[in-house]
Amino acid sequence: MSTKVRKMLFILSKGTIENAYAAFIMANGARMEGIESEIFFTFFGLEAIQKKKLEHLHVATVGNPAMHMPTMLGGLPGMEALATSMMKKEMEKLDMPPIGEFLEILSDSGCKLWGCKLAVDMFHLKREDLIDDLDGILTIGDFYNRADEEGCQLLFI
Amino acid sequence: MEKTIAGKTVNVNEEGYLTDFSQWTKEVGEELAKEQGIQLTPRHWEVIDYVQDKHKKDEALSVRGIKKSGVFDVKEFYDLFPGGPLKKATLIAGIPKPKSCI
Repeated sequence: MSTKVRKMLFILSKGTIENAYAAFIMANGARMEGIESEIFFTFFGLEAIQKKKLEHLHVATVGNPAMHMPTMLGGLPGMEALATSMMKKEMEKLDMPPIGEFLEILSDSGCKLWGCKLAVDMFHLKREDLIDDLDGILTIGDFYNRADEEGCQLLFI
Repeated sequence: MEKTIAGKTVNVNEEGYLTDFSQWTKEVGEELAKEQGIQLTPRHWEVIDYVQDKHKKDEALSVRGIKKSGVFDVKEFYDLFPGGPLKKATLIAGIPKPKSCI
């Protein structure tokens, strides 16, 4: 392989579906290219690894100009759910797995999944609230230690 | 460009993928695998059969497809072809590199 990238570390800080997919697709794509990958879930990104929440991530319809929807309209009840279900249909057409299945694929592919200790404490989450495939809960210092090698790139999403 | 492998002359692209599947033989597959540092086992051949079958049916290959195949799981797939399983399996199987991002 010609790339100098050996390892990709992603920090997922947002709980919107499009950000979760961005991290997942790039992390999975890295593994497919023989590049190591890990995802550190922090703040709202933790929604993507909470058993009860992960299948209910939404696309943001308010404050998102690319939705081409008036803000007032985007704020109506049910709009986020509607936009999300439309997006999920398109994703299914492209054979993109739902969040839960994607996490299984990532874990089986050797992508390491980490929870952020500070955010887990802040949201009063317990280990059992988070997916079984999670590799552990780390401090940011632990995470930086994992980045301490040649050819490693960090990406904040 | 042309390449001689297992006593045969085959056409490959710049990444080493065969451009004409009809030139592929099991011996060619074995040699291609060796170049990738892989010694083929019966399990590898099952994967190769699977990806070739998908290619013949013109169906897209993806990791999700592997997971759903029921033949092998994602973990085993990565173990069999370390360092980019779909890329390597398709190269050895003599079919084009998958264009999908997933």
